[in-house]
Amino acid sequence: MSQLKISTLADLENIKRAFKESKQNYKKTVRVCGGAGCISSDCAAVSTAFNKVVAERKLEGEFYLVETGCIGMCALGPLVVIEPDGVLYVKVTAEKMEEIIDKHLIGGSVVEAYTYVDPRSNKHIPQISEIDFFSKQVKIALRNCGRIPYGSIEAYIANDGYFAMAKALNELKREGVIEVLKASGLRGRGGAGFPAGVKWESGYKAKGDIKYMVCNGDEGDPGAFMDRSILEGDPHSIIEAMMLGGYTIGAKKGYFYVRAEYPVAVERLNAAIDEARAFGLLGENILGSDFSFDLEVRIGAGAFVCGEETALLNSIEGKRGEPRQKPPFPFQRGLFGYPTIINNVETLANIPAIIVKGAEWYASYGVGKSKGTKVFALAGDIVNAGIVEIPMGMKMREVIYDIGGGMTGGKAFKAVQSGGPSGGCLTADHLDVSVDYESLSAMGAIMGSGGLIAMDENTCLVDTARYFMEFGQDESCGHCLPCRVGTKRILEILQRIVRGKGVAEDIETLSTLSKTICDTAMCGLGQTAPNPVLTTLKYFRDEYEAHIHDKRCPAHVCTALKRYLIDEKACVGCTICAKNCPTNAISGSVKKPHFIDQEACIRCGVCMEKCKFNAISVQY
Amino acid sequence: MINLKINGKAITAPEGSTILEAAKLGGINIPTLCYLKDVHKVGACRVCAVEVEGARNLQASCIVKAWDGMVVNTNSKRVRDARRVLYGLMVEDHPKECMTCVRNQNCELQELGYTLGTPDCAATKMIPPAQLDISPSITRDTRKCILCRRCVTACNQIQQVGAIFSQNRGYDTKISPAMELPLEDGNCTMCGQCVVVCPTGALTETADVDKVWNALNDPELRVIVQAAPAVRAALGECFDLPVGTRVTAKLAAALRELGFDDVFDTNFGADVTIVEEGTELLSRLKAHLEGDKVVVPMITSCSPGWVKHIEHEFPDQLPHLSSCKSPHCMLGALVKSYYAKKINVDPKKIFTVSVMPCTAKKYESQREVMNVDGIRDVDAVITTRELARMIKSAGIDFVNLPDAEFDYPLGLSSGAADIFGVTGGVMEAALRTAYSIITGNPIPFTNLHIAPIVGFETIKTAEITIKGAKPEYKQFEGITLKIAVTSGLAGANVLLKEIEAGTSPYHFIEVMGCPGGCIAGGGQPRSKDADFREKRAKALYNEDESKKIRASHENPDVQKLYKEYLGEPNGHLAHKLLHTSYTPRGKFNERLKK
Repeated sequence: MSQLKISTLADLENIKRAFKESKQNYKKTVRVCGGAGCISSDCAAVSTAFNKVVAERKLEGEFYLVETGCIGMCALGPLVVIEPDGVLYVKVTAEKMEEIIDKHLIGGSVVEAYTYVDPRSNKHIPQISEIDFFSKQVKIALRNCGRIPYGSIEAYIANDGYFAMAKALNELKREGVIEVLKASGLRGRGGAGFPAGVKWESGYKAKGDIKYMVCNGDEGDPGAFMDRSILEGDPHSIIEAMMLGGYTIGAKKGYFYVRAEYPVAVERLNAAIDEARAFGLLGENILGSDFSFDLEVRIGAGAFVCGEETALLNSIEGKRGEPRQKPPFPFQRGLFGYPTIINNVETLANIPAIIVKGAEWYASYGVGKSKGTKVFALAGDIVNAGIVEIPMGMKMREVIYDIGGGMTGGKAFKAVQSGGPSGGCLTADHLDVSVDYESLSAMGAIMGSGGLIAMDENTCLVDTARYFMEFGQDESCGHCLPCRVGTKRILEILQRIVRGKGVAEDIETLSTLSKTICDTAMCGLGQTAPNPVLTTLKYFRDEYEAHIHDKRCPAHVCTALKRYLIDEKACVGCTICAKNCPTNAISGSVKKPHFIDQEACIRCGVCMEKCKFNAISVQY
Repeated sequence: MINLKINGKAITAPEGSTILEAAKLGGINIPTLCYLKDVHKVGACRVCAVEVEGARNLQASCIVKAWDGMVVNTNSKRVRDARRVLYGLMVEDHPKECMTCVRNQNCELQELGYTLGTPDCAATKMIPPAQLDISPSITRDTRKCILCRRCVTACNQIQQVGAIFSQNRGYDTKISPAMELPLEDGNCTMCGQCVVVCPTGALTETADVDKVWNALNDPELRVIVQAAPAVRAALGECFDLPVGTRVTAKLAAALRELGFDDVFDTNFGADVTIVEEGTELLSRLKAHLEGDKVVVPMITSCSPGWVKHIEHEFPDQLPHLSSCKSPHCMLGALVKSYYAKKINVDPKKIFTVSVMPCTAKKYESQREVMNVDGIRDVDAVITTRELARMIKSAGIDFVNLPDAEFDYPLGLSSGAADIFGVTGGVMEAALRTAYSIITGNPIPFTNLHIAPIVGFETIKTAEITIKGAKPEYKQFEGITLKIAVTSGLAGANVLLKEIEAGTSPYHFIEVMGCPGGCIAGGGQPRSKDADFREKRAKALYNEDESKKIRASHENPDVQKLYKEYLGEPNGHLAHKLLHTSYTPRGKFNERLKK
């Protein structure tokens, strides 16, 4: 069958109407989350169970299953939402699905046992609108994620998809798009926060017949998966934004750069591009205009530095992923030497919505120079680990406690790492900081691309700094000396400190090395790599000192600093500890008190576990 | 022009200058390491970082362009502290073998430490034991590598060979051939341009000095040396003589003082090369003009780096190469046949040493085919730098040596042979002879220099119309010979791609593997003089012009050689001794394996 080609606004409207009509007769819609988190908790079994049961009961015409992108509460997947009732079920299995069909879809009564439990009140909250995690969010970039089937261009069109493109072509024109973007205050969501409208304008003004749009989907911060969720859950919104960019700056070709670790995103993106092409939305003479544009997906091999825009360009060109010196900036000499505009996935996701609804609407969210919303990946010791989108200006406390549900196990909050390995940590004293570009920078952290790693009282910040440095060192491209060798030296010092071998000068050396690296490294990755060290040195210096001077880890994390001791009075000399010690670190004669050789001890704790006389204790 | 302020000093600089260049104009030196003027600026070492008012970070002055109104400080505490920390990072895991390193007192890393005032650096790191990659020409010691990547630029951008690149990432980054294979296994041409730019002892020529000393100390051996034309234009630099000083006579004297039994001149081999190559060219062109199917353009084969390059990259075009051996191999073969017979010495008791401006000659001398009846043409090759080290270690006062001459009968040469050492020289020498043979007249250019092919542009071309051809060369009458000259393998790639595409308009092409020719070869002294190529070339042209005989075929000793021994140029014996064959290879020698 030949595919219907969309060539006018009316075609879009027809599809929108037809799609909505086709769904009118269903009694209920069942949204099953098909985000990466829920895939790993086996949402496929839930969908299969639904289809099987519905077929058995011959209810195909009544209930309609939608496999969506990420709904957001990843820690509690697979998630299922029943519409129009607005009821959320968590940790759904095939069996639970069958029960929900029988009792809720057919029977009309909510199966409360499978609904969300509020961690503070310990009560079930079935209504999604009453759950703080959802009600406090404002979804713009994630407007379709978790709502519409990611694999349907009709569904995207039915939700105003590709109307922004039509509006740009028919009304705004290229200059108009730039004006709207500038007025909206949208800034780059990849971390740097550069005004998106100004960037597009520089692309528009750049001279040359060949220009490129590039979408940076090389999200590499540990624990961050905002871009992945958007690419998987709403690929058409990014395609449309790339088209808008191409139209505005005058590019005929765009590249998606997505890391190979995101196979689902790549698959869905490619499928969506094919679909858009089949509908005539990509290719020649888009929507009857003289604008032609096409897209290609390039897969990155997973080097963190390829998220840096110039290294990314090198990688697309087939070169080693190493940054280029700026200037020239990509808008001057970018991909293959031509003017290129590079936007992050989340930045792009906002743009079609801004074009359709207007700059004023978008700028009504946010605070100061930080307009709109920001998507965060909540990770670490937090109850509602997952993807959230909040209006900027919200207090960090609300993000951590109201949306995030607080620390797991009711533990005390200690710190939050904002901005991934390039960012910095904030302490309990900073919980009332407003989450926006300026306020976070003022504290020594950064907004970054949106990774928020919450850490509870059992976290050792020296060890955390070591972790981030290990990451930074591992991901250094090796081009410039300060990043290549400097991060290695910092890592060695941190490794020494957590092993109890730190020396007094270490703090000074760490600080000098960190400052030099920030000051002299070639690219953003190197310049920010020591940030976790600098902020932990600033806010948790006492922990460093305890490790170095007292050989003690206040958080009881660093194994090397534990000491297992035998209480001479309590020890009866039963020898069981010595027999079980894997390194023969325990000596002593039968019926005489035993003794642990601290040099030989590997701090495994087996002796303490085996002692029947509570004679062994651990000292931190 | 732009105006800026550096260290409070007002400086005017041309638009587009880097901060480093602008500072230099104002008499302010900024320490650098990875930077190499006009060749390499990638900002890898960051040692040249300076403070720019308004910039958040220190800026790498070698790449950041100066702007009008810029305010720069190159000596603030922030800058000085950063430099010292960076230097510390650079040297703390660098082998502390300076006293025994071949680059001792000639090392840019050492020099930088001195400039910075020998900064304290953190405790010496564990330095891994050496794992040398020793190829016939080049030895790599990655422990001494500071990852400045000058070699990467030389190999990839300048030469377009692509034999080495950064491997792995972060602290594990290494400069090496793909998959850390030995240099010898891949498409390295052994040109040594990487060695010349290396600031430390990470890339050096594979030393053959000991081999030569051992031979000199062996009473059983007659040790016979020859020196290439380009050596005489550069060796003086190793003894602090000005760049471009001609040291031909001192070179001959020094070689004799070192104890070589005979001191011959590769120039003689060059003259023989011209006779052989010129004859080959004429016979190819004659056949071509008569409509026979012969391979043209013919391409010179004196440069072993180039020969290896074409074997790897354009193996199907090998028939274009002249079958002539390079001059020093020709001379080696003649020493062990013609001369051995003359002095009645068993060629097996002769040890031939070539002093070359080139690292690839080491590899070339070890090519399987470089022998006559199992007797190696050349037994050892040392570079100009190695010879300087030998002279120094022998306690010879080079600068004050009395002048001496090369030995008979393989020491006399024409001016055409001298210019073999500079780009365009082989072509000019060949045409001086060929034109004269065809017409009986000297080539119609002022001072016999074919002006369009003199100079350092990557590709130079010329057209020469032949007038007054002798009856036996009547096919050439009125023919316009089209020639092209290139130095550096990037230019060779361009010309070879034309040949591949069938669009090459030329009859004869000269390729020298190194940009500028042998004067700037991989075995030559490292020069900080920006115009070292021009100055060394001038020395060779002066040498040429100072000679009475300017064309190779007029060299009486060469004429005697043919008359007494070889017979006809390109004849049977000449072929056996002076010509060679080539091996198609592919990128990783894959054709060899088949």
